[in-house]
Amino acid sequence: MLTLTCPYCGVTAEETELAPGGEAHLKRFGPGSSDEEFESYMFARKNPKGVHFERWRHANGCGKWFLAARCTATLEVFGTYSAQTKEPPADIIAAIKAKRPGWEGYK
Amino acid sequence: MRRYSMFAVAREALRFHAGWEKAWKSPEPKKRYDVIVVGAGGHGLATAYYLGKVHGITNVAVIEKGWLGGGNTGRNTTIIRSNYLQDPSAAIYEKARALYEDLSQDLNYNVMFSPRGLLMLGQTEHEVRGYKRTVYANNLQGVETRWIGPQEVKDLVPIINIDGPRYPVLGALYQERGGTARHDAVAWGYARACSNMGMDIIQQCEVTGIRTEGGQVVGVDTSKGSIDCGKLAIVVAGHSSVLAEMAGFRLPIESAALQAWVSEPIKPCMDVVVMANTVHGYMSQSDKGEMVIGGGTDGFNNYTQRGSWHHVEETTRALVETFPIISRLKMLRQWGGIVDMTGDRSPILSKTPVGNIFVNCGWGTGGFKSIPGSGFAMAELVAKGEPGPLAAEFGLNRFKEGRFIDESVAAGVAH
Ligand SMILES: Cc1cc2nc3c(=O)[nH]c(=O)nc-3n(C[C@H](O)[C@H](O)[C@H](O)COP(=O)(O)OP(=O)(O)OC[C@H]3O[C@@H](n4cnc5c(N)ncnc54)[C@H](O)[C@@H]3O)c2cc1C
Ligand SMILES: [Zn+2]
Repeated sequence: MLTLTCPYCGVTAEETELAPGGEAHLKRFGPGSSDEEFESYMFARKNPKGVHFERWRHANGCGKWFLAARCTATLEVFGTYSAQTKEPPADIIAAIKAKRPGWEGYK
Repeated sequence: MRRYSMFAVAREALRFHAGWEKAWKSPEPKKRYDVIVVGAGGHGLATAYYLGKVHGITNVAVIEKGWLGGGNTGRNTTIIRSNYLQDPSAAIYEKARALYEDLSQDLNYNVMFSPRGLLMLGQTEHEVRGYKRTVYANNLQGVETRWIGPQEVKDLVPIINIDGPRYPVLGALYQERGGTARHDAVAWGYARACSNMGMDIIQQCEVTGIRTEGGQVVGVDTSKGSIDCGKLAIVVAGHSSVLAEMAGFRLPIESAALQAWVSEPIKPCMDVVVMANTVHGYMSQSDKGEMVIGGGTDGFNNYTQRGSWHHVEETTRALVETFPIISRLKMLRQWGGIVDMTGDRSPILSKTPVGNIFVNCGWGTGGFKSIPGSGFAMAELVAKGEPGPLAAEFGLNRFKEGRFIDESVAAGVAH
């Protein structure tokens, strides 16, 4: 079973305690944006086979949203971090690069 | 290709079955094909088959990284139905169901289509209303379904508990010509027919790159070298985003694990398919006697073909309440597949931003039932470069235009 550590309350929670929330760090587009921008924000997803940044909620715990870096090909977790970040923090990037030297970066 | 028949069985019985030939050839790839189909699942093979049969295009290769039918096509619970709510869905799923009726004759391969009847239980007031609405829609669409009451459910499924304390059975949406088929046989039958038309099915060959020139596809790179093509059909279910990335575009798809499991075989006790969407489980009995069970998908992106254990527990728990006699059964096997989910839970059959690349994906948890219809519609799209009436509504442009074909409520649960 997938386990993630909530960066807010510090609890290492099993998957049944968490609610998945899809791809993280999406750039939001709203009124005034082009159709293409809005469509890609709403629907297009990286859905990579490998390193994935994603949103989770500690639903049956402290209730807060946080972010995680995880490998979709192995289920390995590289780390979790606060949702109040625009980009993955340096320590998470370093943890990924240490295990995936060929990784091409998060964009 | 020698035809399969009663006489062939008799003839082979007299000579120790020494005369059966290989069902399909395993050639080395040629330099170039008119059409390359990536993915030898049901949808890829059916696309190739109808390209040859309906459109006369036979210089075709189907390229598969593993073994044919080894993806979701060989991992599903084989439920076939066409009782969808929206008109475009009903059209393509009913086309598929109708093709299943005589697919064995058409392919000269026994796909064991068994239209044993399918029940979708109504277990809450909302579900009852939703399914009644579907029945009305189906009647207008020419899809034969009807609403039946709890007693008729009990008559059809004696092992069911209709007055469970939490979710009593209030009735069911009944499609008499829904049912099951043998999943492997569908892939094998199409593969044999494609091979017989001179198409190349190339297994153990992974597509690793897509080559384009001036916005048009010119070929693919594979683990067996590079191969040129005039047109490319990407039909890889859970790996659609990976192939799209190779071609330089993104899809509104997320990949997640869906699981199924079977019990030890028991004597025949249920000769219809039962889906219980409120409690999130469904069950049928295989010809071998195993109870075949499935539930919901995991909620997170995953390519490992391994699902989360608690889904097995939740679904089994719900089904034990609905079918108390299964509570003592041992479970034999459990497995997962990677399903390609779209936001509106409807498939994508579409042109793409790259010229002469076409995608067929997004069938998610429910694309076994649609294999013949999807292949039929996809072949037309690839052959003509434009979708015909069956595929027209399922283009990628529907997301930009906000024209969803919303089956997320109607279909309710996985499959
Ligand atoms: C547990 C489970 C239960 C299900 N139950 C039902 C059900 O009851 N009824 C129903 O209608 N549907 C059901 N489905 C859904 C159904 O199985 C799928 O929608 C359908 O089989 C998809 O077929 P496909 O041909 O598109 O994909 P697949 O059969 O997955 O074929 C895609 C192929 O592409 C190959 N591929 C991927 N990447 C590459 C590459 N780079 N190069 C070459 N080849 C590649 C893969 O190896 C694979 O063989 C279920 C699915 C699962 C997992
Ligand atoms: Zn927490």
